[in-house]
Amino acid sequence: MAVAVEAATLLEVKDLHVNLGQSHVLQGVSFAVREGGVTALLGRNGVGKTTTLRAILGLVGRRGTVRLDGTDLTSLATHRIVRRSVGYVPEDRDIFAGLTVEENLRLAERDAEPRYDLVYDLFPELRQRAGQRAGTLSGGQQQMVAIARALLNDNRLLLVDEPTKGLAPALVADVARVLERLSELATVLLVEQNLGVVRRIANDVVVLDQGRVVHTGDARGLLAQPELVRRLLSVSAAGQP
Amino acid sequence: MSTFILLTITGLGLGAMYFLIASGLSLIYGLMGVLNFAHGAFLTVGSYASWWMSDHAFDGIHSLLLRFLLGAACGLAAGAVFAALVELVLIRPLYQRHIEQVLVTVGLSLAFVALVQGIWGTDAHPYAAPGWLHRTTTIFGAHIPNDRWIEIATAAAVLVLLQLFLHRTRYGLIIRAGVENRAMVTALGIDVRKAFTLVFALGGVAAAIAGVLSGVYFNTIDPSQGTSLLIFAFIVVVIGGLGSVGGSAVAAVVVGLLQQYVNYYASSGIGDMAVVLLLGLVLLARPRGLAGAFAT
Repeated sequence: MAVAVEAATLLEVKDLHVNLGQSHVLQGVSFAVREGGVTALLGRNGVGKTTTLRAILGLVGRRGTVRLDGTDLTSLATHRIVRRSVGYVPEDRDIFAGLTVEENLRLAERDAEPRYDLVYDLFPELRQRAGQRAGTLSGGQQQMVAIARALLNDNRLLLVDEPTKGLAPALVADVARVLERLSELATVLLVEQNLGVVRRIANDVVVLDQGRVVHTGDARGLLAQPELVRRLLSVSAAGQP
Repeated sequence: MSTFILLTITGLGLGAMYFLIASGLSLIYGLMGVLNFAHGAFLTVGSYASWWMSDHAFDGIHSLLLRFLLGAACGLAAGAVFAALVELVLIRPLYQRHIEQVLVTVGLSLAFVALVQGIWGTDAHPYAAPGWLHRTTTIFGAHIPNDRWIEIATAAAVLVLLQLFLHRTRYGLIIRAGVENRAMVTALGIDVRKAFTLVFALGGVAAAIAGVLSGVYFNTIDPSQGTSLLIFAFIVVVIGGLGSVGGSAVAAVVVGLLQQYVNYYASSGIGDMAVVLLLGLVLLARPRGLAGAFAT
């Protein structure tokens, strides 16, 4: 039985430590992400969720082990980690404001045959706005560009950081729908504050608190326990995308 | 009227040299956050390599034009190789250690001037250029030295080529994106370090062109020429907007013209002060320079 679980693990994070300045942000984070579906990384503000994603990618200095499909990524530079079929949708989008939408997408091309059909099928608006400078797009449109960059390549793992942050409720539902589609194409490690979105798409959850993992398990199991949710996340388990 | 035309063309010629130095400086800072105080050394490499090759290696060639062109080509190549080596050997090991990078580039600039003085002496050397460059063309009564046209045309060509490179090639796209957010470029799977070396090499070529043209402009080369031109190039970069080649071009023209006009119409030497005053005004009105933070 243990062998079967091991075989299904795509990402394994073990004893991950990150120091940012004087702050010991991650204090031995360990968890595994199963291949397929969505694992949600939850926790209050400032507990190290974004830092965990950035540490997996090597965007911040870290100690510990990060394995993708059994391969140790710890000594690899960020671009080499990404080239192992890892996509990243950062918090606050981080699109290139001075480039056009088309240039933002072109920059993200890695595969020989980028999946523009899929991108434009999901976000037809991006085709119409291809020549527009990305900095002039609305928040929702910028989020489309950020997700589209990750979708363009055939990634095995997608690290998606708060994709609904700052979006209007109607757009949150749209993003949740897109995330559902994403999860059919790749394994997703999702940082998300909106529990309605988590309930809709996540299979597993990892909860962080003060730089440590305090809970792992089935998403529905956690969300069915309002008291546990309140204790771990300081929020109500209610909420719809 | 003829004086005004002469001042304008001379100011544009000076601005052209400022631009050639500033364009590389601006891209290097914009992409890598490196304040490269050794950029003047790239100019010196260009001027001395072209002078030495023209006077010694190609001295058997009778045509002065051919000797000059071959020497200039060697100067450009030397500038590119030297700049790339500086990035690979000195800057890369200090990646994201900005204080140390400043210290090493300041140290290199001082050491390099001393090295050139040690090899070729502290005196200026006459810089041989085709006779046509030292003659004049009369425009509306103004006798314009011909080298000014070459300086302006060369800077304009470099500006066009850089814009084509930045906007029509994948490396240009990577550099423009890297100026905005270097970490995100790497998070897209791109090895941004190759772009660092390329930008240094391009900056080295542009500065080496400025080195060749400054030899023609001043008729001589000396070990400290790079350092003195670098000060104004830094001002141009800040006024134009760090990371913006287009902004640097506009700022270089403004600075070159302002220096010439003020030096003539106010008092000789006041032009430099006027440039510093302009820098202060631009920083107050537009702290990120004329073009902001985009590589344009």
